[in-house]
Amino acid sequence: MMREMTGAEMVMQALIDQGVEHMFGYPGGAVLPIYDAMFHQNQVRHVLVRHEQGAVHMAEGYARSSGKVGVVLVTSGPGATNAVTGLTDALLDSIPVVCITGQVPTHLIGSDAFQECDTVGITRPCTKHNYLVRDVNDLARVLHEAFYVAQNGRPGPVVVDIPKDVQFAKGIYVGPENIQHKTYQPRLKGDGDRIRAAVELLAKAKRPVFYTGGGVINSGPEASRLLREFARLSGYPVTSTLMGLGAFPASDKQWLGMLGMHGTYEANMAMHDCDVMVCVGARFDDRITGRLDAFSPGSKKIHIDIDPSSINKNVKVDIPIIGDVKHVLDDMLTVWRAMKAEPDRRALASWWGQIDRWRARKSLSFQNSDQIIKPQFAIQRLYEAVKDKDVYITTEVGQHQMWAAQHFPFEEPNRWMTSGGLGTMGYGLPAAIGAQVAHPNSLVIDIAGEASIQMCLQELSTALQFNLPVKIFVLNNEYMGMVRQWQDLLHGGRYSHSYSESLPDFVKLAEAYGGVGIRCSRPGDLDGAIQEMINVDRPVLFDCLVDKMENVLPMIPSGKPHNEMIMPDHPEGLDDAISEEGKMLV
Amino acid sequence: MPPVNHEAPERHTLSLLVDNEPGVLARIVGLFSGRGYNIDSLTVSEVSHDSRRSRITVVTTGAPMIIEQIKSQLDRLVPVHRVVDLTVTGKAVERELALIKVRGKGEIRQEALLIADSFRARTVDTTLESFVFEITGKPEKIDQFVSLLEPLGLVEVSRTGVAAIGRGPDAM
Repeated sequence: MMREMTGAEMVMQALIDQGVEHMFGYPGGAVLPIYDAMFHQNQVRHVLVRHEQGAVHMAEGYARSSGKVGVVLVTSGPGATNAVTGLTDALLDSIPVVCITGQVPTHLIGSDAFQECDTVGITRPCTKHNYLVRDVNDLARVLHEAFYVAQNGRPGPVVVDIPKDVQFAKGIYVGPENIQHKTYQPRLKGDGDRIRAAVELLAKAKRPVFYTGGGVINSGPEASRLLREFARLSGYPVTSTLMGLGAFPASDKQWLGMLGMHGTYEANMAMHDCDVMVCVGARFDDRITGRLDAFSPGSKKIHIDIDPSSINKNVKVDIPIIGDVKHVLDDMLTVWRAMKAEPDRRALASWWGQIDRWRARKSLSFQNSDQIIKPQFAIQRLYEAVKDKDVYITTEVGQHQMWAAQHFPFEEPNRWMTSGGLGTMGYGLPAAIGAQVAHPNSLVIDIAGEASIQMCLQELSTALQFNLPVKIFVLNNEYMGMVRQWQDLLHGGRYSHSYSESLPDFVKLAEAYGGVGIRCSRPGDLDGAIQEMINVDRPVLFDCLVDKMENVLPMIPSGKPHNEMIMPDHPEGLDDAISEEGKMLV
Repeated sequence: MPPVNHEAPERHTLSLLVDNEPGVLARIVGLFSGRGYNIDSLTVSEVSHDSRRSRITVVTTGAPMIIEQIKSQLDRLVPVHRVVDLTVTGKAVERELALIKVRGKGEIRQEALLIADSFRARTVDTTLESFVFEITGKPEKIDQFVSLLEPLGLVEVSRTGVAAIGRGPDAM
């Protein structure tokens, strides 16, 4: 399809041709022509946000819960700079987002014009790729290319910066049919010899473990299915990073729980003591490995990743396989079946025996109370109330996020959205709104803390405007809890600026926005209050007053290996848990 | 605790074929500074006007694991077509050009001219009290030339950085 139209019309046409149904944005001087073109169509629905950071997180929540590309439209200058946090978040968590930014007209670029900033310069390190379009005849191609780059290979955010004169100019529009990027052709199929070598190694393993990550989710539902099939066929245990939760069902007996800094004892011990580790779409992040030189010292490591730069970045692996998880797992299964692999049942039985002894430590246990709501208990009750529903969970960042990951089990991929890489407070509410836009009839809950929720709280107004009945479940402990916990660990319990002073009345705040506020402070009232929250078909801000001093345990203190975790039965006080060297780490 | 890395640093010369589009150099340089890699030398120029390709030669130093990271990080940049490690693919030809200004009178001028001659440097500008020499060669040769001119009234040096190409009949 080739026809003449304005640059602004091309933007809308390209979105329609890319199958975009929803976009998240905020108007301003440099994008007015695009908003005008939007006015003349009704195929793409625009969700008006209250802050551009919220727009990008909504697009992320939309993308992660639906598997589609999230689309953002913001103006020049502050519109673009406000989007930077969201873009960086999407880059670190590999979320496909196309962000269109307005720019001052080309003849004013570089003159410090009103609302001008060097958008491509600022976003270069926080996008997978970005473009400044100076000629309207390049615009359609660039937009289609942006969608291609955002979702192919390791997904990520792409910015397209469009000067205002280019939006007004007329040019020739081309459809997406013949757009193939000339150089960016990520490899999907893994190398056959390495796949064979990996399967042979795996079949002979005595203490194997699958270490899976967000790459399994990003590869699509088929990847999760293949992972389950591989686990069933082999009988091997499975653990996952924070990003990969849901790819393997938490109810499965082969599930070890999450690994890493706040992972379970059994998952981390299995990682430490295994003889063959298969890393599937994860990246040996520092939250996962603990002390690098003591990370899984005795194992052979297989690493499946679509991004070659993930290989040998932090941990040297024995068999790297570059490719898409889905393709590689499929090929590995084919080889496994063809060679009629028979795992060493005796070795495996003794490995599972060991794992069961670790499990018996019950590393997620906590001292419950009938006087005060324990945050872990609140998550457990929330889970019990919604487990049979069609539910999507997002979180902010901090203690509540870890408790959600530990105590809210997931059975399916794409149900769990959290800011893993960047750790962005303020992520959860907009992400929940994005997920709710993608799934209007599902129950979407943002598990939050009273500090994080205040970072993008203005988006409650967006939820009200678009009838998006998201539920915000605030674990209110009146502290930036993770900061307080680390001040206990590192700084002698001197709580420098981590107390949530001058908190608003969250119930009145919800009502001021036009939503519903619920407060609960007693364990006995919790189930009823949660039911009330679920039954309301409007946005709810649930202020759950929890134990102020609870810490997230178990924990691998920074600078320690996997087999030196602090357990819930650790004697009072955390101040001796971290070495001087460990204190330097984050 | 820094990552476990007991490997000795190595010097590698990388050749990149990139789209000659605005910002491509900033992308490359930003990657090096953002991730804390070293750039010892960097040269860029368009090599094919028709296909709008540029060739970038980067000389970098790092432990083998870091060099591998640098290559795969560069390779995943969208406008980067190819990354070739000329240090791995075999002895490459590496050349650099330098312009060197020397100021002096009398015997010192004679001495500078003699040294320039023995290094096969060309004199590209002459005044009664100065010379500008042009020299091409391996970076070490230029280092040596410059250090010999140092006591003879060296004023300033302008170097291009290394351009490199693999030996034999094949392209990168």
